[in-house]
Amino acid sequence: MTDPEILRHTRESGDFSRLLESVPYARFIGLECDRFGDDLIFRLPKKEENLGNPILPAIHGGVIGGFMEMSAAIYLMMSQDSMSMPRIVDFSLDYLRAGLNRETFAECRLTRQGNRVANVMITAWQKSRSQPIATARAHFLLED
Amino acid sequence: MTDDIRLNRVRRFLETLNQARELGLTVEAAGDGVLTMCLPYSDRIIGNPDTGVIHGGAITTLMDTTSGSVIICALEDFELCPTLDLRVDYMRPAEPHKPVFARAETYKITRNIIFTRCEAYQEGGETIANCVGTFMRIGKEATPKGYRDLITGGEE
Repeated sequence: MTDPEILRHTRESGDFSRLLESVPYARFIGLECDRFGDDLIFRLPKKEENLGNPILPAIHGGVIGGFMEMSAAIYLMMSQDSMSMPRIVDFSLDYLRAGLNRETFAECRLTRQGNRVANVMITAWQKSRSQPIATARAHFLLED
Repeated sequence: MTDDIRLNRVRRFLETLNQARELGLTVEAAGDGVLTMCLPYSDRIIGNPDTGVIHGGAITTLMDTTSGSVIICALEDFELCPTLDLRVDYMRPAEPHKPVFARAETYKITRNIIFTRCEAYQEGGETIANCVGTFMRIGKEATPKGYRDLITGGEE
């Protein structure tokens, strides 16, 4: 997908704004990313358009899924010096708590990287990292 | 319950979900324990700007919404059932500039849990993704009466 120049800029500066600006779906849900040392923390700011259940109100489960899915893809791309977005094979998502209408965070961990497939764990939380709202794991196909 | 009642309940429910409105999701068909929805193509949900392929997250939202809403087509009384888990298998990227459809069914309903299956496909029938989900029944009383009445629209 991605413009090599933008990727280089992102890797060197740790500034994800140009990269995320270039992916419409990231803008659509409002995804942001910050780098702390080697660690990436993904952020989904509070946004009315992302809500599902209007009673709580709560973020739409699909948006939480999309947020975690895209976080995992960017994390993987950054961790392997890849020039393209990895392709997702499957995604398994457990909802643990309602995602309330507030800022949401996510972090990823590479569980296993083979030659062709990578397994990534994703955790999402709101108020406290020790109280995740969702956990997920995804398999990605790496480029040949 | 007739299919028209199911269709209208799902439409009213969908209308209350901000993200479903943002994506422009529409209800195509409803039956006893089955439901089809449509996600129109839009430049705003592209995941790969080079190819114009939409992001998996939009398909996840389509499938989560269809799987959650098919419950309305399976139960007599409206109950809001939170998603416990979803498992999505991506078969192939969605072809750009064409809508994606999702057809969901409830294949097992117990006192506490509802099990769903859902397939996303495009015109021509090629499968884009498959999804299984489980939803928890927290009872209709857990949903405020005002909201339940809004969904049933006082039709019965």
